[in-house]
Amino acid sequence: MTSELDIFVGNTTLIDEDVYRLWLDVTDAVALRVRSGILEQTGATAAVLQSDTMDHYRTFHMLERLLHAPPKLLHQLIFQIPPSRQALLIERYYAFDEAFVREVLGKKLSKGTKKDLDDISTKTGITLKSCRRQFDNFKRVFKVVEEMRGSLVDNIQQHFLLSDRLARDYAAIVFFANNRFETGKKKLQYLSFGDFAFCAELMIQNWTLGAVDSQMDDMDMDLDKEFLQDLKELKVLVADKDLLDLHKSLVCTALRGKLGVFSEMEANFKNLSRGLVNVAAKLTHNKDYSLGPAVCGTLPLRPLATQRRAVLPESVFSVCPLPRWLPTPGPLGPLHGHPPRLPPAPVS
Amino acid sequence: MPGKLKVKIVAGRHLPVMDRASDLTDAFVEVKFGNTTFKTDVYLKSLNPQWNSEWFKFEVDDEDLQDEPLQITVLDHDTYSANDAIGKVYIDIDPLLYSEAATVISGWFPIYDTIHGIRGEINVVVKVDLFNDLNRFRQSSCGVKFFCTTSIPKCYRAVIIHGFVEELVVNEDPEYQWIDRIRTPRASNEARQRLISLMSGELQRKIGLKVLEMRGNAVVGYLQCFDLEGESGLVVRAIGTACTLDKLSSPAAFLPACNSPSKEMKEIPFNEDPNPNTHSSGPSTPLKNQTYSFSPSKSYSRQSSSSDTDLSLTPKTGMGSGSAGKEGGPFKALLRQQTQSALEQREFPFFTLTAFPPGFLVHVGGVVSARSVKLLDRIHNPDEPETRDAWWAEIRQEIKSHAKALGCHAVVGYSESTSICEEVCILSASGTAAVLNPRFLQDGTVEGCLEQRLEENLPTRCGFCHIPYDELNMPFPAHLTYCYNCRKQKVPDVLFTTIDLPTDATVIGKGCLIQARLCRLKKKAQAEANATAISNLLPFMEYEVHTQLMNKLKLKGMNALFGLRIQITVGENMLMGLASATGVYLAALPTPGGIQIAGKTPNDGSYEQHISHMQKKINDTIAKNKELYEINPPEISEEIIGSPIPEPRQRSRLLRSQSESSDEVTELDLSHGKKDAFVLEIDDTDAMEDVHSLLTDVPPPSGFYSCNTEIMPGINNWTSEIQMFTSVRVIRLSSLNLTNQALNKNFNDLCENLLKSLYFKLRSMIPCCLCHVNFTVSLPEDELIQVTVTAVAITFDKNQALQTTKTPVEKSLQRASTDNEELLQFPLELCSDSLPSHPFPPAKEHLESASSNSGIPAAQRAMTVEKASPVGDGNFRNRSAPPCANSTVGVVKMTPLSFIPGAKITKYLGIINMFFIRETTSLREEGGVSGFLHAFIAEVFAMVRAHVAALGGNAVVSYIMKQCVFMENPNKNQAQCLINVSGDAVVFVRESDLEVVSSQQPTTNCQSSCTEGEVTT
Repeated sequence: MTSELDIFVGNTTLIDEDVYRLWLDVTDAVALRVRSGILEQTGATAAVLQSDTMDHYRTFHMLERLLHAPPKLLHQLIFQIPPSRQALLIERYYAFDEAFVREVLGKKLSKGTKKDLDDISTKTGITLKSCRRQFDNFKRVFKVVEEMRGSLVDNIQQHFLLSDRLARDYAAIVFFANNRFETGKKKLQYLSFGDFAFCAELMIQNWTLGAVDSQMDDMDMDLDKEFLQDLKELKVLVADKDLLDLHKSLVCTALRGKLGVFSEMEANFKNLSRGLVNVAAKLTHNKDYSLGPAVCGTLPLRPLATQRRAVLPESVFSVCPLPRWLPTPGPLGPLHGHPPRLPPAPVS
Repeated sequence: MPGKLKVKIVAGRHLPVMDRASDLTDAFVEVKFGNTTFKTDVYLKSLNPQWNSEWFKFEVDDEDLQDEPLQITVLDHDTYSANDAIGKVYIDIDPLLYSEAATVISGWFPIYDTIHGIRGEINVVVKVDLFNDLNRFRQSSCGVKFFCTTSIPKCYRAVIIHGFVEELVVNEDPEYQWIDRIRTPRASNEARQRLISLMSGELQRKIGLKVLEMRGNAVVGYLQCFDLEGESGLVVRAIGTACTLDKLSSPAAFLPACNSPSKEMKEIPFNEDPNPNTHSSGPSTPLKNQTYSFSPSKSYSRQSSSSDTDLSLTPKTGMGSGSAGKEGGPFKALLRQQTQSALEQREFPFFTLTAFPPGFLVHVGGVVSARSVKLLDRIHNPDEPETRDAWWAEIRQEIKSHAKALGCHAVVGYSESTSICEEVCILSASGTAAVLNPRFLQDGTVEGCLEQRLEENLPTRCGFCHIPYDELNMPFPAHLTYCYNCRKQKVPDVLFTTIDLPTDATVIGKGCLIQARLCRLKKKAQAEANATAISNLLPFMEYEVHTQLMNKLKLKGMNALFGLRIQITVGENMLMGLASATGVYLAALPTPGGIQIAGKTPNDGSYEQHISHMQKKINDTIAKNKELYEINPPEISEEIIGSPIPEPRQRSRLLRSQSESSDEVTELDLSHGKKDAFVLEIDDTDAMEDVHSLLTDVPPPSGFYSCNTEIMPGINNWTSEIQMFTSVRVIRLSSLNLTNQALNKNFNDLCENLLKSLYFKLRSMIPCCLCHVNFTVSLPEDELIQVTVTAVAITFDKNQALQTTKTPVEKSLQRASTDNEELLQFPLELCSDSLPSHPFPPAKEHLESASSNSGIPAAQRAMTVEKASPVGDGNFRNRSAPPCANSTVGVVKMTPLSFIPGAKITKYLGIINMFFIRETTSLREEGGVSGFLHAFIAEVFAMVRAHVAALGGNAVVSYIMKQCVFMENPNKNQAQCLINVSGDAVVFVRESDLEVVSSQQPTTNCQSSCTEGEVTT
């Protein structure tokens, strides 16, 4: 006696959250479910579990097509799913692993990268199925919002119905992928995706075309070239001793008592400042590839991020056409889980 | 000139890409009704076209309006080659033909293609302007309402229940026509879908005519079925119960809510023809002849309708005048006489209803069933399907005579079914013999007899259990005792019925689903020989199924079966029998005796030991079951009963027969003769198997209950969460040396595993009950068994569930409240909501009546209504999840039950009757057979929901999947499936929504909430 056909269809689509989570990651969930002790809890037989799992997998497989364009999931008629469940399905589908995103952040989302997924899977311990889904999600989101005008986060949210948090993360991923910031270098390994996402957000808000003119195409994706040009002017902060001192005193006044590593920073100010300024000046030259490491590797990111006003004193504002509005940055430390320490000293 | 159909094509969305080059589609739409076709403009290069067409107008006969579906075809325009079809939408416009239902059909419909499934959606608006047509000789029956629900629909009142209506139409199956060799599968499928749609329209119209002829205005318990007879044709047949229904009147109902001219149409059945005698001179005389002589080309049907119940002929014996409330002997006789007179005129005093207005059912005799094996031959003349008619007439006649033998004049819970394999067909009919209260069956001379009736019948809660037949002249050996409730009348020791448990019946403990499963191998044979073989096997199958049911019932410690449905399926090399019913312990019936095992060889010591071991196991199981289902009947001493405690003896409540193709009728006495049947004799391994199989049925896990009736006896505090589902399983039997035993075991395992799977899947709903569990077995191929289950899981409140048995106090309370309402002159409420299968606890009713207030100012009430509207409900459900809150798809509930727990049905929008074919030539690519069927059933659900939503409804009640024919050919990578579903589209309002406003103000009665409900309509 073999089961040829075995299906269950509910008027309200039955969704088991546990099975959904497994489906996102593995191709065969039965063994894992057995291990979870569900048979003992429910007194079900392995055959029942097998049939149930297959049913769910089939349902999810049918849903996947819709999950690729979440607004379709909302308007389709085939699966009756309560809105809260729909949101959950979408959110979980687009969720990603920190370890995975660190591997592909800033890489071109191309077939070539896709071929490396095997290696990434082995390296990170994330299943290949999950890697593929995450990679395809990045790529899909990238493709959809690539050519759009308007705010990147808003576009992502509108077309993928993600939560605010997740949409921001995707905006960062898209931004990095578009600008090909290399984040895989050894000396950047200590930075988490959260750190990068935070930088991306600030760069989007302050340095992109959109920061200048909100009507531009690709406004949140490409950096404002004019702004980068202007940054060259900052060299004066290193070249001119008076300005350097003034800069230092302004920064130190602003940061005193607010920074755990203040004394270290004060002692190394000259080096730090030089590093920063050098990077800023070179931003225009090194078009794509070195920009990332340059910015991320040599800058004391945290103070830059949290205390940006202080690091770039009033004098700088007067020289370069920075946008008049600057974000009030949120608390960083606990979010990204790094001890507040300075990165290795910049090589200059 | 009776009608103008107007159609507007608004827009499409999510269309498939038809042009690979541009990844877009140039879509346009063809709108076809009858022979007229309109086209929209081509909307270039879009997957979301906005046609916004003009109104396409069709001027048509109302006859066509009833028969024809509206066909909407979406195509992709192609300049050089033929236009490609994207898909179709069939819209049944019948719901627009009676005023109380929908006035407009408007919404998004899935575009369906028989090869590709759903491909996008289309937004359509349909309206009908009906002109009043007083032509008595018309062929149409617009305005007759159809309900699948097998009880008087909520929010209606039954004035008269006229009786049985039936009709069948036949045609050639397009799949078997010569042309099928040269056309595409798509064309062939579409031809079939169109034909069946047309045939069901025609069938419905013809039934409607019969109803009008009986001067009814509605058909309740409408059941339409298809027989795919293959080469010999396609039969569409329907049965139902004609009624005169009255919309529960409330001030709002008389408001000029609906001005459409069709309103008058609807009223025709009430108003016209003041002459009570149809056969007297006057306009009505020629009706019969005329009806059928007009346009003979269209009249496919036969004329047996002449037989159908001419109520006006029924002598008006003073039914209305109150007879005494007690059931004295003379009264009984009088009652019988009256009923007899009311029913005798009818050819078939059958009722497809399974639940009845209180007082309608007087006595229940038992299950009557008849089967007949027929050889199919080509239907030579579709216009005169006489053979099929004669076959059914013969079976019905048999049922009638069985009922008579049980001392009953009527058959309730009546249904018919077929099973076809090659050219052999088993026709089956079954029902419950009963004695009915004649009042409902007649043109009530006393209009307000309802209250009286209630008063009169309330005291006899056990009445329906009392035997209707003569004690001295019993149709079969039965053991009678005095009723455990009233101690006056005789009752049998077990009762089998096909109806739902009457609401006023006193039940001890909870009920449970009981199934008997059986397989019998049969030699492969041809034609006549095959038919003979089958008819020889049938009696044995019936016998065994019955024995199994009886044993399982006893094992559960229960004494009555409700909702019994025995299905016999014929295959190439086997017969399958599946009986499902809900077992209960009726307080009026005696306690069932246990089961005793006896061995044949008493001298063998080890054998003896084994037997006693089995006996112990059985006794333990009975005890366990009693505990599980909370069956603890009060101990009654012998003296009080006044008759010796009955020695447990099995007997049959089933009286049935088989007739072969030779038309011979053989009576089969299923009772076990003189043998005390509770003794199971283990004389061979077969019997051993039987005992084992008895014990292998595992009870559902704790927190789960299941039944195949509308509601679970003993549970009465349903919460509002429901989940309707369909589950299909097909197993392949290993062909090697199949034995009956192995077959039985396989089949048994299949059903048990299916149930186990359901329990597992729905575990998040615990505590819950699977209601209306409907198993269907088919044998699509040699070694394949297919089981299809449709049911609904309903959650209930565990805390309240503890008070399972209604205490007498509660009951009297309930009664008191009923009486109160009566005093307050609210007959309407009585007939709607105190009707059978009221699922809510009396306590809750009281609460409600206390909380809802009639003192609400009109304006405020209107507000309530707004809140309570279906749209409101949709919004209510959408409140969570901010990113998805803009969902536009309204929730449509589906349930096989006639009600929605925790909600009030405020409006019936019309019948949903849909037939779909799906075929694939890329089975593997679509996920194999499971993927294919899974997607198809999901699509069917989606299309049903879309149609209901377009009618303005938010639920389908009495939903049933009547057919699910699945065929596969894995070698060719092909599969095909046919599905037929039906149900009633309704608007419901959550009771909690109704209570929102009312709870702010104290004191009132139920009436106000009812009134509020009415305002929405």
